[in-house]
Amino acid sequence: MAWTREDMARRAAQEMEDGFYVNLGIGIPTLVANFIDESIDVTLQSENGMLGMGPFPYEGEEDPDLINAGKQTITELRRTSYFSSADSFAMIRGGHIDLSILGAMEVSESGDIANWMIPGKMVKGMGGAMDLVAGVKRVVVIMDHTSKTGDPKLLKQCSLPLTGTGVVDRIITNLGVFDVTSDGLVLVELAPEMTVGEVRANTEAKFTLSEGLAV
Amino acid sequence: MNKIFPNASAALDGVLFDGMTIMAGGFGLCGIPENAINAILDSGIKDLTIISNNCGVDGFGLGKLLDAKRIRKMVSSYVGENKEFERQYLSGELELEFNPQGTLAERIRAGGAGIPGFYVKTGVGTVIAEGKDHRDFDGETYIMETGLTADLSIVKAWKADTQGNLIYRKTARNFNPMMATAGKVTLAEVEEIVEAGELDGDHIHTPGIFVQRLIRGEFEKRIEQRTTRTREG
Repeated sequence: MAWTREDMARRAAQEMEDGFYVNLGIGIPTLVANFIDESIDVTLQSENGMLGMGPFPYEGEEDPDLINAGKQTITELRRTSYFSSADSFAMIRGGHIDLSILGAMEVSESGDIANWMIPGKMVKGMGGAMDLVAGVKRVVVIMDHTSKTGDPKLLKQCSLPLTGTGVVDRIITNLGVFDVTSDGLVLVELAPEMTVGEVRANTEAKFTLSEGLAV
Repeated sequence: MNKIFPNASAALDGVLFDGMTIMAGGFGLCGIPENAINAILDSGIKDLTIISNNCGVDGFGLGKLLDAKRIRKMVSSYVGENKEFERQYLSGELELEFNPQGTLAERIRAGGAGIPGFYVKTGVGTVIAEGKDHRDFDGETYIMETGLTADLSIVKAWKADTQGNLIYRKTARNFNPMMATAGKVTLAEVEEIVEAGELDGDHIHTPGIFVQRLIRGEFEKRIEQRTTRTREG
């Protein structure tokens, strides 16, 4: 049985460790904040210039001067600090952020990622995605295993314009979890009742099985 | 020297010309110089190159200049909130230069700090790297990016003193501090101007040397994505 969006977010929340500074992308990655284990201390960064991002405000308490990178109204916490976009990307590019969780259109078996542009369609821009994948210590992608039309998104090589090359460490899809290693892509976890055969049928990239999954 | 003007149009008198390059602070609609944008629209100048992380939304912020076809080129990181942008871009009326957000921020910081070029790993192996100088440092490849300056920077801050010292509020800071340093002329618009000495010198974000002109503005502060939670119990 394939994972739902919430299942994927819950699985991604397990990537966090006590003391981590984490940047969450837009879409499913945003949901990850709802599943962070309360026993660990995690600080969320928003690349427009905030460390220590709180939940959405109560109705009537929205502050137009307080938004996240998705331009949504949010709140501050006791630990919050604010800074310029230059300082924000010093944190990101300078390798001070422990973990970036973001979405993708395509990921290759060598850890290339494409998530900002589909040629021929309207180009919206890369925002902070290129800086995040280049600079953050660990990059985890959450994405559906296949496109809306059923095409594989884990590929031998990306076909879309790249966001970064060789930057992805782990991919969480609705079918399972993959690690990008120096020996190539490794399937390390399966969604419940999912078979390796089903995953292979929906994956273009070559992958091997981790010790726990090899039969 | 008095830096304070009665309004944005007066503050921009003698500064504006066709074909000029303008940096505009803000992230989305947060911390944008609403008053200066309106004054630039009223002035009628055109063929502008605008350096700003985004381009407003249809009918608000920089979207007003776009709707009036005053912008020739945008230098941005994300412009996905704007239908008129899409139409003008696809029809070839509007030129667009994308920069990764952190690279854009650093190019502006560098420009204001007198640094003509610097190296980053952001964008290596992507279209962003095409045609740029590549250089290896400690076994890793970087690309050269250049500093950015502008004929005019328009920024939004929360409070100023009469010397032009600025304090920003929450995430409305974003690109404003770097842009204040990178304009040949910088106009700051703020919600309150206090006497010199009333702001704590240790809490100033932008020192007044970077601000040539100052106004107290009126702000609509439109919210782009109003997200809330419900009270439990």
